[in-house]
Amino acid sequence: MNGSGPITRRGFVGGALLAGFGGKALAQGFAGLGESADGFAPVVPGRTFAFPADHGPHPEFRIEWWYVTANLADANGVAYGAQWTLFRQAIAAGGPQEGWANQQIWMGHAAVTRADAHRFSQTFARGGVGQAGVEAEPFHAWIDAWEMRRLVPVNGENIAPLELKASGADFSYALRLDADRPLVLQGDGGYSRKSLREQASYYYSQPHYTAKGILTIDDRPVDVTGMAWLDREWSSQPLASDQSGWDWLSLHFNAGDKLMLYRMRQADGQHYGSGKWIAPDGKTDLLASADIMMTPLTFTEIEKRKIPTTWRIAIPRMALSIECTPLNARSWMGTSFPYWEGPIRFAGSHTGVGYLEMTGY
Amino acid sequence: MTNGSPSVTGQVLHVTGLTKSYRTAGEEVAVLRGVNLTVAAGESVALTGESGSGKSTLLHLIAGLDAADGGEIRLADAQVCELNDAARAELRRDRLGLVFQQFNLIPSLTVEDNLVFQSRIAGRHDPAWHHELVERLGLGSLLKRYPEQLSGGQQQRVAIGRALAVKPLLLLADEPTGNLDEDTADEVLALARDLVTRSGCGFLLVTHSARLAVTLDRQVNLHAGVIA
Amino acid sequence: MKRALWTLAVLLSHWRRHPMQLATLLIGLISATALWSGVQALNQQARNSYDRAAATFGGTRTAMLVANSGVSFPQQLFVDLRRAGWPVSPVIEGRIQIEGRSFRLLGIEPVTLPAEVGNAPTIGKADLQSFMTPPGEMLVAPETLSDLKLAEGARPQANNALLPPLRVQPNLVPGVLVVDIGIAQNLLKMPDQLSRLLIGKTTSKRASLESIAGDKLRLIEPDAETDLERLTDSFHLNLTAFGLLSFVVGLFIVNSAIGLAFEQRLPVLRTLRACGVSARMLNVVLVAELVSLALVAGLLGLACGYFIAAALLPDVAASLRGLYGAQIPGHLTLKPQWWFAGIAISILGALAAAAASLAKALRLPLLAAAQPYAWQQAQRRWLTYQSALALAAFAAAGGFLWFGDSLISGFAVLAALMLGAALILPTFLEFMLSLGQRYARQPVGIWFWADSRQQLSGLSLALMALLLALAVNVGVSTMVESFSRTFLVWLDGRLAADVYVNAANDAQATEIKAWLRERPEVEAILPGGRADTQLAGAPIEVLGLPDHATYRDNWPLLQSTEDAWNRLRPGDAALVSEQLARRLHLSVGDRIEVPASGGNWTLNVVGIYADYGNPKGQIAVNFAALTRRYPEIPLTRMGLRVASEKIPTLISALQEKFALDDRNVADQATMKAESTRIFNRTFAVTAALNAFTLGVAGIALLTSLLTLANSRLPQLAPLWALGITRRRLAVIELLKTMSVALITTIFALPLGLLVAWCLLAVVNVKAFGWRLPFHVFPTQLLWLAGVAMAAALAAAALPVIRLARMQPASLIRIFANER
Repeated sequence: MNGSGPITRRGFVGGALLAGFGGKALAQGFAGLGESADGFAPVVPGRTFAFPADHGPHPEFRIEWWYVTANLADANGVAYGAQWTLFRQAIAAGGPQEGWANQQIWMGHAAVTRADAHRFSQTFARGGVGQAGVEAEPFHAWIDAWEMRRLVPVNGENIAPLELKASGADFSYALRLDADRPLVLQGDGGYSRKSLREQASYYYSQPHYTAKGILTIDDRPVDVTGMAWLDREWSSQPLASDQSGWDWLSLHFNAGDKLMLYRMRQADGQHYGSGKWIAPDGKTDLLASADIMMTPLTFTEIEKRKIPTTWRIAIPRMALSIECTPLNARSWMGTSFPYWEGPIRFAGSHTGVGYLEMTGY
Repeated sequence: MTNGSPSVTGQVLHVTGLTKSYRTAGEEVAVLRGVNLTVAAGESVALTGESGSGKSTLLHLIAGLDAADGGEIRLADAQVCELNDAARAELRRDRLGLVFQQFNLIPSLTVEDNLVFQSRIAGRHDPAWHHELVERLGLGSLLKRYPEQLSGGQQQRVAIGRALAVKPLLLLADEPTGNLDEDTADEVLALARDLVTRSGCGFLLVTHSARLAVTLDRQVNLHAGVIA
Repeated sequence: MKRALWTLAVLLSHWRRHPMQLATLLIGLISATALWSGVQALNQQARNSYDRAAATFGGTRTAMLVANSGVSFPQQLFVDLRRAGWPVSPVIEGRIQIEGRSFRLLGIEPVTLPAEVGNAPTIGKADLQSFMTPPGEMLVAPETLSDLKLAEGARPQANNALLPPLRVQPNLVPGVLVVDIGIAQNLLKMPDQLSRLLIGKTTSKRASLESIAGDKLRLIEPDAETDLERLTDSFHLNLTAFGLLSFVVGLFIVNSAIGLAFEQRLPVLRTLRACGVSARMLNVVLVAELVSLALVAGLLGLACGYFIAAALLPDVAASLRGLYGAQIPGHLTLKPQWWFAGIAISILGALAAAAASLAKALRLPLLAAAQPYAWQQAQRRWLTYQSALALAAFAAAGGFLWFGDSLISGFAVLAALMLGAALILPTFLEFMLSLGQRYARQPVGIWFWADSRQQLSGLSLALMALLLALAVNVGVSTMVESFSRTFLVWLDGRLAADVYVNAANDAQATEIKAWLRERPEVEAILPGGRADTQLAGAPIEVLGLPDHATYRDNWPLLQSTEDAWNRLRPGDAALVSEQLARRLHLSVGDRIEVPASGGNWTLNVVGIYADYGNPKGQIAVNFAALTRRYPEIPLTRMGLRVASEKIPTLISALQEKFALDDRNVADQATMKAESTRIFNRTFAVTAALNAFTLGVAGIALLTSLLTLANSRLPQLAPLWALGITRRRLAVIELLKTMSVALITTIFALPLGLLVAWCLLAVVNVKAFGWRLPFHVFPTQLLWLAGVAMAAALAAAALPVIRLARMQPASLIRIFANER
């Protein structure tokens, strides 16, 4: 609403919120995320994760998010998608201050998608007074009336079961997420590289949720069930200066495998890709840039931008060749920092559903 | 007196069966009842007749200032009666020169600007012809004056100059000497005749003065709405 | 194109030969544009500042939650409401002193601030970070910065703390300082407290207010129109009416100048047609000529309008501040629309004024009519036609008066009345002049009257302008004078106590009262109190009057029951202000329900009193009853009855003992002087515009006479030839002008009184809600009549002097040139 320019979802985080968009920022595309990380903690390989503490905020890092996407369907088989996101950004480094002096700014995004509808809402909050925040134990993340809260009985390190709630002017949902398998550390033991240089983040996921609950569009509630995926990521500078945005996918195979894929788009056209294959037995396989081929097939024009909404994805090493189609090609998050995020389905060598996110267009 | 030969060659004006009536005090008065008249190129014709005989009306119809009830006015190849207002204005601008008893100069323009006015708006200003007119009309020393600073004879010379500046096919003059004394009138008319001959246009002069009429090539008399 | 330019050059050459006519035309257009756009500039300036005030973080345009009791509430309520789905944003407000001056400090929270509230650093803007992170920023209006004589970035001191660096925010209202909420809480020493919560427009499911906040907060619905706009509407309508009147008078000048120029150019237009310029081209060129003249005049008029507005602005600002508490910046800032609108109004005005002439040119017969102009017959037809129109206008005025019920209809009554009077004026003059002619015996006398009649059609527009200007002047000055007289009497009634005291708080008030009781010179202590509530959706004041002879004897009651003061005592009766009574159609004996702290309070109306100048409705009740019903109101105000010679010593003793300043303790004389001063400034603008209008009417008369003078030479030359000297002719001309001006003036006086009556009985009642008694002030009327005659004399003098000095040759030429 306020910001203009190609800033996106996770884009809010790097200071785009505060910096505005001058010519330099535009040239750099993903403005804020390209800023230097002075005063904030660096992301280095070899970190040991500790749960449940790491479910909570890491204010010494500049940015962080709690991100849930869910592929759902009602009793008649009508497909839905749901998104729940809480971003944290520190506007200044240093130890956390009390009350209004607190340096954290929080942004919440929530959306629901159906083939013929896409509804979204956003909200902002300052840290320090209680309007938004995250507590690790018992796990509770909230902004305004939206929340993600752990229910009893506690299920070890799986960060489950969770209750997930959000509502906007013309939609709402309340879901219960259950998981019986452990978390997955992305990248190399949770160290996720974003370029050939030092850009990286700490990144773990819970891709194994089953979801169940009620989803309401225009005051018509429906019972839904399906699968959900949680991403946790924090960093101080995840984008290289020549990177303009990313294309990211999370896929639930009908066979039970899970796949996370992304590519960071670079100005020179040599995009940096990465991914992780999670087999039903829990074994994981790290995918390198050279393993992944992502090709846009068709484009949708939204707000004068050309967005690639169907993709061919091939990973020869895993004998994967699929075509991804969106449930709703206009799953546009027209927020202060707009981006595309919505449920997809795929067919080819493998079939299933998932979520696609594209930023920086 | 004849109405001239029906031969079209050299004729600039050809009027046939022209009728016009006015309604005055609820009564229909037929002024022209079938006028036939021709004027050839280079020919000067005096149109005489008593007061109210319709001389001026005929002249106005020819100039397209008023519309006829019936008949035909051909000016070179143009059928005046069939033209709309804008086309008549164009015809006056490009092909006709008009001189009236009131000198009808534009008071806010100098003599020079008055002289060139019509030729300028017609887009056919000819500097050589302009100089000749100024010379022959003896206006050289008066060019920067305003009309109100001129005598009647001088004003009428400017009006004749303005009318002839466009090199019209036909010069129409309605009692041009009516406001002038006899000597001045003779002098102005002589100049006009001279210039008409020089430019080769037709000349139709409306006058009530037989003395002046006889100095022209031909005289026609309008009586009871027809040319006798 | 070239043809058109040549034709345009010919038309324009006319003005070179008639510069006076051109000047007339331009003066008319310039004065019309200048006064109109000057008034528009003032209105625009004021409206901009109302918008700024309304948009300042919780002005009346935004719905909000405020504490049900007290001035602040805990911050946790904000968090609780957000967590329950309420899109609220916190604001804290207080006052701080910088270098001895008091400012309104607003603490806002930019991250949750609703977008429509505006004026703040926002998400995605570069200024958010510096606003929020220490030392933060203090946003101020440019005017505040210059008032403080500080540069941007300076850090003044307040409350023993260093303030954040100042930064200019052009849309802010003057006198307001805006900082981040955390900084404001520290500066105001109100940690974790909020003054109000602004409610954003985003809708989502939310819990009920009571379930979150209990009875701690209450909702205030937004107002589509700001309070200031509503209150000041009448003031601006007043200005607009004056601007419009001046505009119309200016157009009268334009109309007569264009009409004359057109008449003079008729032969030229015919010659042009004879030379072959088509009718269409001629009209296009005539319009182009007019538009280019209007463009030039419009620009000059705008420049003049700017200066008029700049000159009047201080008075306008003072009026609005005094009457309505509206803050208007002292220097003029104008939007581009103002310039465009000004040019447009100039062009449209010129076209309207020239419409008749242009229509005539469109139908211009090529051949001049042979018969002489039958002026008498034409004039009779014209007079009949105008009289019919005048009667229609009077009928419309009656209709508006009878059926209308709004301020606009009040002005419509005035407009129709004046239009009718202007239209009937020529008939009236014709009647008077023919009366004169009938009784004249001398040939010159007969000619005098007959020629005056013939001149009527040429002069009538100017005389109409004079009539309107004069009538409005009589009307407005009668209203102002009536108001002034009534106001002073009323002030005596309302300010009945001798000394007024306002304590800092209730505790100090108790102390002061105890101290006063010991002072022998204090004859009575009259406690005062005021509660604010709502009645029929509008805010009203509830005033507490102690049961004391001071009020019984002086209170300005307009009507009441016989035992009104006794009936107030039990606390079930009230006096109602005139405005409120008119608005709610209340009369003595009616019953009203007033919301009070413990529920609705039912009151019987036992009287109606005058409350001039108060934009809010007001009711007065017994003081003891008021404190019972509104226990929370501060009881810091009191009036004292004191022997007059002891007043100064008592005031200085009070000031010394309780550290009260001039604003908190004042004697009756000071209060009256202050009220009168505000009152006088209120009408300063009206008076100035009044003078301008009369001036424009004078110009209209002058230009009409000047243009007429030239065309009148043919009529005068024969008389000169018959042996009347130029000097005598000049005197006769002067007398003629003065006699028609005198008749017009005599006609204008009763019309002006009618206008005054309309203003007092119709417009004021609708605009302010009060009706003032109507007085006639004969000396004032005589003075205005004198001014009008002086204006006419000044206008007639120039052409007459020219006539007296005219060379015989010019008169001779008439004979030579006349057709």
